[in-house]
Amino acid sequence: MKFLDEYRDPKLARAIVAEIRKTVTRPAVLMEICGGQTHTLMRYGIDELLPEQVELVHGPGCPVCVTPLEIIDKAVAIASTPGVILVSYGDMLRVPGSESDLFRVKAAGGDVRMVYSPMDALRIARQHPDRRVVFFAVGFETTAPANAMCVWQAKREGLLNFSILVSHVLVPPAIRLLLGLPGNRVKGFIAPGHVCTVMGFTEYEELAAQFHVPFVVGGFEPLDLLEAILMLVRQLEEGRAQVENQYVRSVTRFGNEPARRRMFEVFEVSDRKWRGIGEIALSGYRLRPEYAAFDAEQIFGIQTRTVEEPAECIAASVLQGLAKPVDCPAFGTRCTPETPLGAPMVSSEGACAAYYQYRRHVEVAQAFLPVELPS
Amino acid sequence: MTLDCPLPLPAKDRILLGHGSGGKLSAELLRDVFLPVFRSPVLNRLDDQAVIEIGGARLAFTTDSFVVKPLFFRGGDIGSLAVHGTVNDLAMCGATPLYLSAAFILEEGFETAALRRISESMARAAEAAGVEIVTGDTKVVEKGSGDGVFINTTGIGLVPPGLNLSAANARPGDRVLLSGTLGDHGIAILSEREGIAFDTPAESDSAALHTLVRDMLVATDGIRAMRDPTRGGLASTLHEIAAQSGVGMALEETAIPVREEVRGACEMLGLDPLYVANEGKLVAIVAPDSADAALAAMRRHPLGAQASIIGTVTSAHRGMVTMKTAFGTTRLVNMLAGDQLPRIC
Repeated sequence: MKFLDEYRDPKLARAIVAEIRKTVTRPAVLMEICGGQTHTLMRYGIDELLPEQVELVHGPGCPVCVTPLEIIDKAVAIASTPGVILVSYGDMLRVPGSESDLFRVKAAGGDVRMVYSPMDALRIARQHPDRRVVFFAVGFETTAPANAMCVWQAKREGLLNFSILVSHVLVPPAIRLLLGLPGNRVKGFIAPGHVCTVMGFTEYEELAAQFHVPFVVGGFEPLDLLEAILMLVRQLEEGRAQVENQYVRSVTRFGNEPARRRMFEVFEVSDRKWRGIGEIALSGYRLRPEYAAFDAEQIFGIQTRTVEEPAECIAASVLQGLAKPVDCPAFGTRCTPETPLGAPMVSSEGACAAYYQYRRHVEVAQAFLPVELPS
Repeated sequence: MTLDCPLPLPAKDRILLGHGSGGKLSAELLRDVFLPVFRSPVLNRLDDQAVIEIGGARLAFTTDSFVVKPLFFRGGDIGSLAVHGTVNDLAMCGATPLYLSAAFILEEGFETAALRRISESMARAAEAAGVEIVTGDTKVVEKGSGDGVFINTTGIGLVPPGLNLSAANARPGDRVLLSGTLGDHGIAILSEREGIAFDTPAESDSAALHTLVRDMLVATDGIRAMRDPTRGGLASTLHEIAAQSGVGMALEETAIPVREEVRGACEMLGLDPLYVANEGKLVAIVAPDSADAALAAMRRHPLGAQASIIGTVTSAHRGMVTMKTAFGTTRLVNMLAGDQLPRIC
């Protein structure tokens, strides 16, 4: 397939791996931020190809995973309200809240619909003027412009039956937190290519200078990631701490300025709680006061109690690169994608779920073993 | 947002769409609800069809319901699908399909012209497959209680003496053969679904496979098991065989054929062709020294022109399916947890 196969060429991959092996002389603990990148690394087994000095740890960049339980509980409560159509990306439907999830609401008669674009939610609102249509707007900076655009459009059209439940988080504040932790092992970062497509990478230049850590903005195909790893290894070997751009076919230094303008007409920066990490100051977006009429949290005024994560979950250590998912005693037994104990097991882009899907070595096919029948 | 992932399954107090996906939830429903009460050793084998002996004849017997949405799609419709699906379930044990029943659950207000079109399509598919529709039933439910038309077909066929194909027969060393490209049906359905309008010419592969099976059985006696990878796709089918035979499967990613347009659609939608439904493909587990003969026979048949050997049965990783990637690394191929796409057949 054109524009994809070029980035999955095994021969080129071997050449880059050879170059990494030739270059590396000291331990390099590297973190990819984005869950999409984690998924590619696991799916193609990139970590198997790397020399032992290069260790990959997996960052908190899965928006589904870091969405706090309290917000999911709110979505469940809103979806259970008569007359509401709750519209969401597919992944969020299956994430368990503290008591229920959106699929169960749907099975019990709630109107929950999956879309690929927030503009489809707007279309549903136009088609059903007698119903209240709520879009569950999760994501990093990547999805924020499109989500902002649909609110902007709704206001322009006077679509007052439309609102969004916002859970937007931002990458740089999370990296800043990780770099400031006393036990930090991460020596270099693959910055998230899609986030930087919108935001550019000047924020990462500040981080690189402040913490003297190299960044490479990376894409999502296997060769993108191998090249980004090579560029990071070179920087570390040469003692540099700069921001370099591997994903040049999508990312420029200043990103997509028109998209950001629209985004900041609608959203403003606010504090956010991250599942598995906790509250991070100025790490997310909320709707500006002039868009309050489209804020589902205000419209429905639902209060949820704070939910504690299970003590056994080592998500915080996994997300900081201090432990691998398989180090957790609950991994693959008490904690599976069907019954996640914590954030990284929740969606396929979470580090634990990616390991579970592609890497674990325990029995998986219990459900199909012949049934012992009572005689 | 991707959908090809092991997403959390909600609690089991209500039926979810995922219970019809052919994946983990479907298996749990069988294990927890049906098998313990029906208590049939034949049913417990969990093959796609029952093989029963009556008056010296070995009959293959199977049933399937069709709820596909939309009713008409590129490459077929609910009528032809209802014939092919049941014919194929009979064919997978090597049976010659003979007779079908057809039961219709119609929704009040459904257009008679559409029903006529569907029936004519069924008749054409049955004639082409050499089966006769000999009994049937019609029920009508109130508007809102159905979705136009649901069809159930039941089929019987004759199993040649001495032939025992079963998903429990796979042995380490056997080869895994696939008759053609993956994902054509699921992507054809998806591209016609309302709400997801995108421009791919993918066409359903819906077809009757019994003549392909016959040619393979003539070419070699080394075939141990056959399955058609419908709901849940190739990954789910191989998991079933691995579990029922107590073996592992090791696949070669580069050997698995996928059409360009299907790959493109899967990339866009975050789906994995390994989990997308097929309606005109089969997987065969074949003894190692018979694999070449079986492959040659498949490739001579129009429905197996793109057949390939995609992997090996192993004694390692029992109950699991692994895949060697194009990069030479190895990854696990999980069983589909929830539903990838509902109502595709």
